[in-house]
Order: sequence, then C-alpha cells, then structure tokens
Amino acid sequence: MPSKTPPSALSKHTPEYETTESIDHVRIRFAGDSGDGIQLVGTRFTEASAIFGNDVATLPSFPAEIRAPAGSLSGVSSFQIHIADRDILTPGDNPDVLVAMNPAALKANLPDLAPAGVLVVNTDAFTERNLAKAEYEEDPLEDGSLNGYQLVKVPMEQLTREAVKDTGVTGRSVLRSKNFFALGLMAWMFGRPLEPTLAWIESRFAKDLATKTANTLSLRAGYNFGIATQLFRHTFRVKPAKLPSGEYTNATGNQALSWGLIAGAKAANLPLFYSSYPITPASDLLHELIRHQNFGLRTFQAEDEIAAVGAALGASFAGHLGVTGTSGPGLALKSETISLAVAAELPLVVIDVQRGGPSTGLPTKTEQADLLMAMYGRHGEAPLPVLAAPSPAGAFDAAVEAVRIAVKYMTPVILLSDGYIANSAEPWKLPDMASLPDISVPFATEPNADGEFLPYLRHPETLARPWAIPGTPGLEHHIGGLEKEDATGNVSYDPANHDRMIHLREAKIAAIAGDIPQAAPDDDGAKLLVLSWGSTCPATSAAVREVRETGRKVARLHLRHLNPFPRNLGDVLGRYPRILVPELNRGHLLRLIRAEFLVDAVGLSKVRGQPFRSVEIADKIVEMLE
Amino acid sequence: MSDTKTARYSRADFQSGQEVRWCPGCGDYTILASVQSFLADLDVDREKIVFVSGIGCSSRFPYYMKTYGLHGIHGRAPAIATGIALANPDLSVWVVTGDGDGLSIGGNHLIHVLRRNINVKILLFNNQIYGLTKGQYSPTSETGKRTKSSPMGSLARPFNPVSLALGAEASFVARTIDMDREHTVEILRRAHAHHGAAFIEIYQNCNVFNDRAFVQLTGHSERLENRIDLEHGKPVTFGRDNKRGVIIEDGIARIEEVSEVGIEAIHVHDEHAARPDAAFALSRLSHGPYGPTPLGVFRDAQRPTFGDGLEDRVRSARETKGPGDLNELVRQTGTWVVE
Repeated sequence: MPSKTPPSALSKHTPEYETTESIDHVRIRFAGDSGDGIQLVGTRFTEASAIFGNDVATLPSFPAEIRAPAGSLSGVSSFQIHIADRDILTPGDNPDVLVAMNPAALKANLPDLAPAGVLVVNTDAFTERNLAKAEYEEDPLEDGSLNGYQLVKVPMEQLTREAVKDTGVTGRSVLRSKNFFALGLMAWMFGRPLEPTLAWIESRFAKDLATKTANTLSLRAGYNFGIATQLFRHTFRVKPAKLPSGEYTNATGNQALSWGLIAGAKAANLPLFYSSYPITPASDLLHELIRHQNFGLRTFQAEDEIAAVGAALGASFAGHLGVTGTSGPGLALKSETISLAVAAELPLVVIDVQRGGPSTGLPTKTEQADLLMAMYGRHGEAPLPVLAAPSPAGAFDAAVEAVRIAVKYMTPVILLSDGYIANSAEPWKLPDMASLPDISVPFATEPNADGEFLPYLRHPETLARPWAIPGTPGLEHHIGGLEKEDATGNVSYDPANHDRMIHLREAKIAAIAGDIPQAAPDDDGAKLLVLSWGSTCPATSAAVREVRETGRKVARLHLRHLNPFPRNLGDVLGRYPRILVPELNRGHLLRLIRAEFLVDAVGLSKVRGQPFRSVEIADKIVEMLE
Repeated sequence: MSDTKTARYSRADFQSGQEVRWCPGCGDYTILASVQSFLADLDVDREKIVFVSGIGCSSRFPYYMKTYGLHGIHGRAPAIATGIALANPDLSVWVVTGDGDGLSIGGNHLIHVLRRNINVKILLFNNQIYGLTKGQYSPTSETGKRTKSSPMGSLARPFNPVSLALGAEASFVARTIDMDREHTVEILRRAHAHHGAAFIEIYQNCNVFNDRAFVQLTGHSERLENRIDLEHGKPVTFGRDNKRGVIIEDGIARIEEVSEVGIEAIHVHDEHAARPDAAFALSRLSHGPYGPTPLGVFRDAQRPTFGDGLEDRVRSARETKGPGDLNELVRQTGTWVVE
C-alpha cells in the first residue's frame, strides 16, 4: 500500500523577510557520493544537535561497495537525521531538507523529499559528465523539474576553494573538505553551534595540519555563506527537547550493544571472550570491543564463522563468557555449534545483526527476516532463548539481559539486532552503572553427589546444570554432543533417557518465562493492539502516538523476549479483537503468535531494506480501525 | 606447565571407567594406553588437562580419559580448543582428531590453529579411511583406493599431513605410529614440552576397514627397510646397518646408498632450523606409508604464540588504561546533561 507523503515541516514558510522561525522538528538528509564524507558530516550534525539538547534519531544509508564508481547512482551514500524539541522515535519519514552533493545524490533522494521541501544543491558537481553518470538527460537545475521545492543553488566546490586559497593547502584536501562546507551551511540554517564540530576537527586531525585547516575553514565558510548570502532569508530553530532529566550520550546500536556485553560480563563477574569473523553490519562490535581490552576482555578474529562460535563455546567451557557476533549468513554457519551448545548446556551469547537476505542479499540494509532461523534453525529439538534489541540505545539492556539468561540457565542465547539498530544513533539516558544487578553464578567447586561430581545434576529451580571449569580439582568430567544420561552426563542411547533429556532441556527454556517481565501493553481501552519486536519499536511507537493524536484508540505492546514469550502473552493477546504485527519480513512473529495462541492477527510486511516509516504503520492502523 | 604436586598418578588415574567402544584390535586402544601412561608420568595436575575432539572413531577419546573433556562436532575441535587455550593459558589442551575430521571437514581450522601457534597439542590419528561411517575413502587414502564410495578406485590425490602442517607454519610437527608405544610416548613428551601448537600424525591401523595399511612400517622385515627414524643432530640414515641415507639437494630429498655418496653427504637433521624447508623436503620422501617413510620430530622451532601475545595486549591495556570503568566506557563519545 503506497504511503502518503507528509508535507514538509518547512513548507508553510514563504521567505520574504529575514526571520528566524521556531519549529518543533525537522528532518535533514545529507546525500552525496560514497567518497564525499556524508556519514561523517551526518554524525557531526547529530552530535552537535544532541549536545544542543535536541532529541535526535538518525538513519545512515550507504552502498555495499566500498568504492562504487564515483558519481554513479549505485555509489550514493546518505545520512538522515531527525531533530526535535520533544522525544522522537524514528529518523523521520520524508526529509524536509535535502542536501545533494551531486546529480546522482539528487536523483536517488529527490523522490523522498517532502513537497515544498528545501533542496540545497552543490551546483559545481552538475557537470555534463556527472549528469550523464546519474542518467539525467536534462540538467534538473535548469529544466524546471525542481520548481516544487525551495531550491538553493550553492557552488560549494568553488566556495570551498576560495575559503582555503590563502592557507597554502592544496590538492585533494581542499575539495574533500566541501562536506564541511555543507555542514556549516546547515549549522547556520538550523542554529547549531559550531564549537563541538570545531573541537572534533581539532582533535581528529591533530596530526594532519592540511586537512584540519581545510575542514575548519570550509565549515566556517559554509556558516558565513549562510549569513552573508541573500539566498536564504529564513532560518529555523529547534528548541532543546524536554527529555527526562539526566546525563545523555549519543550511541549507535553497535556501540550500545558492545558496551552492554562488557557491562553484562562485569555484572556476571566473568571475563568476556568475543570471537567473530568480519561481516557487515556486525563487524563494528569487534572493532568497538577490541578497544576495551583493559576490561580484561579478549577478542578473537577467527578464520570463519564456525570457528568464531567454536572458540566462543570453548572459552565458555573454560569459564569465560563466550560471545560471538554475526549477521544472517553467519548465523546459518554457526547453527551446528549452537546445537552443540544446547546439548553441552554451556552459556553462549550469539548476536545476529540482521541484514537483507537471502544469501548475501542486501549487506548494508536492514531486515528482520532471521527470527524464524533464530527460533528453529537448528537440527534436533534444540530450543533456546531469543531476545531482540528494541532500538540503538535499547541494545545495551538487551545485551545485559542476554548475558543474564545465558549464565543463569547455562544455555546459548540468540540476541537479534539489525542493520538499522546497528548503525543508527539516538540519545541514551545513561543508567547508573552501580545499579547493574549482580547476575553472577558461582562455578561448581565441590562434588555434588556423595563425593562424586555429576555434571548434569540440575539446579532444582532453574534446571541449569553446574558449571565446573577445567582447572577445578576433583570435578574432571566430559561433555559433548552425544546424548547424555540424566544427571551423570555419561553417553546414553537409552530411549527413555533421550525422551527425558529433550523434555528437561525444553522445560528449562520454557521456565524462563517466569523470570522475565510480563507483557504490559500500553493501552487506553482500545480494540486494536499493535504488536512489535526488534527495531520496529520506534516506528510503531511513533505511529501509535500519531494515531492517538487523531482521537483514535489503539494499544501497543513491544516484545523484547521472543522465546520464551512472557507468560501472560496469550491472555493479553486474547483481550484484543484485532492485532496488527508490523515486521520487516514476510510475517515471522505473526506466524509464531498465530501458531502459539490461535489469534487472528494481521501482519504488515515491509521488505525494502529500510525501516518502517511511522506513517506506513499509522495508515494501516487507521485502515484497520475504520 | 610446571606444577609441583607431589602425589603423582598411575595410568588408572586417567581411565574414565567408561566402556571403551572401539572395535577389538583397533589401533586406538594402543594409542589410548600410550597417552594414559604418558600423562601418568607427566608433571601436570590432572584437572588442568583438557581433551577436545571432533567426530569420528578417534574423537571418542575424551570419553575414555579421566580429565576434562569436550567431545565437539565434526572438524571443529581445533576451534573449540583455541577458545579453551586462549581463555585459560594454564591448561594443557589436547586435540584428538582423525584424517577425515582434521583434514577434510576441519581442514580450515587445522591450518589456522597451526598458523596462529595456539598452545594446543593435536593428535591426528591417520588410518586413511572413514571408519565410523563404515569405510569410505578419506583425504589420506591412496589414489585409486577401492572403497564403498569409490568402487572403481578414488580419483583424488591424498594429503601428506606432515607436509600440510609444515606448509601451515606449524612450529612443531612429528609423526609416530600406534604399534610403537615407546616412540609414541616420546613424541607426546616432546609435544608437551613444546610451547605452541604441536601437530602429531599418528599412523593408526583400522583393522576392520583398512587393515595392514601401515605394514611397510610395522611388518617385521618391512620396517627394517622402510622406517626412517629422525634424530636431531644425526645424519638421516636407515635400513639394515644404516646403509641407506637421505641427501637434500636443491631443496629435494632423495635416498642414496651411504657407501656411494659418503656419510658426510648425508643430511644432518636439525629439528630447530629456523626455516622449515629441510623438514618439508624430508616429508616429501614418501607421500604415505608406502616405502621409506620418516618417523619422529620433523620440526621443533620456537616462535611467539598467539595466546602469549593476547595476554600481553590485555596486560598492557590494563597497565596503561586501568582496569576499566563502566561509567567512563559509556561516556567515551561525550555526554550532555538535560536539567
């Protein structure tokens, strides 16, 4: 179903006088060639806005190719940021402002620009050659096709060159700094302070005087261009958001998840062992973690995905918290070892930063189509807990929770993130680290059965087996993939024992439902419940809020635990005549709840490599309510 | 490992009490006995010993050892053992694998554990056949071998496991044979004393599916002519009265009559040579146990281990940055305060 395109937040303004207008939110998208430094300026603008006190949400988008042909449509990189004076939940739908650094960026992103939106174009890049590469037959700057927008033409390269001409800086440093010109211009237009960015340039390029100088001067030139030129008569101010008081930082999902692993390991009083094989979009977990070896954590870049999970499992056997991170193709490869972890009953955290599939699919784009693989993608009866991070900042708590369950129940846990969560950033109100719960579980040190050690004698409540690590005298034992005799752990092919062990392993995982928060929908007496999981949380929350603002009633429930479900989920779902499940897949959670609870839920599917826009969910809610 | 408990062990202390379920007459029994008696004489606390295996006949090994053990999945033992060894450098970690497990499905992990020089000892039981799946040709079966899955003879050239290990930059490479327990124990001792990855190919007879595969090295008359015992610092000679010897010329080893070339022309074996070239040349004398074949330590060279490097990094990170503070961790990219 096509979604309506909301008008630009800026469209009502007809710039006749030089004014400063107060607006409550704006969505800005920087777009250019993948070599233009778009991600960098987007991140800087985000940082400056966050420090200014706005709420922010971002959506980076970049090609899978490291260096796609310059100027081509396939090489376009973009970064959208939504800033607001209230808490916002998504990067926003259609941008109000598009900064296009070349014709390809314009062509690829113009369809998203809100009607009457502001379009800032680097005219120097609109050469015949670049127009041809972007497959334009006519120059869109001249043919009137942009008349519906507030077009601002800026010769950025010429102005950048001018700005640095007296510094002696020459060559590539000059033109490469034009992204900072664009950033400076936007900073002026939206009243962002330059100081955080200047300080960042100072420290980032401390050892590269030419680049530092060029970037500093370009940034200032862009800002001053805004002041001096007659092109803009109107600037905008987004006031600081009224966020809950506290100390905030700006974190991407991959950062927050990495920090959550470190915090979780510390709360569990275990050294962290993170092992992985490079794969987009999960590699940044390894990049972040290796910077923090001073926490006593060890990282290991393995020869393949299978070795990565194998080493993590080995580390767990030896008394570390074994963690491995990957994306869908890697989860498929790890499947056999995860089943071994189910049989061996060792703690293991497996992170799947989902991306578009099948196969290599869309490596840099987001999707939620690994849920059923996480649930069932193993051989034999191999149930395990499945969790999903709800947002970039929410990935921190999700990681701590995954560690808690893995250690307490001696089980592998799959934690799902996705490409959107991984690379997007949002303000995160920092928790008090002193309030992290103690989730440690002591290792076995003594025999547990009349002077003998039985490695599969279970804890009466959690059904977890004891964790005796090599080096502990008197507890020598062997574990492995062959079926175990209950309690002793000896190899057993006895039919009754196999039956008992399958039921015990299943009961252990099922019982976790009593150890997680119960489902508590955000409800105002509605007949329709919107059920979300993973990264659809922000868009769903925004959609529900938008629908409620129209006076309609709609309830919302977000699931962080997908296996087991909260114990009361069936009861909760049973209260609603209608249930909507928006997912970036073809209906995974939908199938699970229909199968489990026999509810007549309806799905809203999107598989375009992009997160939901809130309007898409809101439209569906309204349609279902009418 | 330099632990100093006074109470030492007997072989029985390493027997798990689990019923051993290899076929009667299998070479694995001999190897198990060799390993157990070797460990009993070793100066290592039993609880610090870990056996890790994959899948196959040989991989049942951990169940029969009264040590810590992890029976893993097919081919992945080196990866699992890597995690164990890196997590706790005080452990003595042993991998038991076979020609199918280690060289076919697990080939990638084997070469990388050797390349990284992880401190694990790898025992590759080579019987040149898939036994547990009842007799298919393996990556070390000779070309043309007729098996259930190759009734007209296998088409592929086999691996030479010692050449492969040397090519993978292994710092310790040796070969022994199940029947010779004294030799096996000595090689195990040497592997244990080596700091870093150790690779031992153990020729192991499968009397059900590939009997007498090693007869050239075990038969009473055959072994005298074919077994080349490598000894450090000594000329590589063999045969009756050591009449035959190995010379290496242009990187290629070949066999000559000592009387014809003179003893001074015979290659003097140097286990500790910095380059593996001569060891590799020796490994090429025979592509399998089909003629004169070297046994013993091909290479025992020191180079940094991955685990030591990792521990150094962690230690120096703690020295320069302190033990890590979660509050600083989450503030690393800057913060702001909302009143």
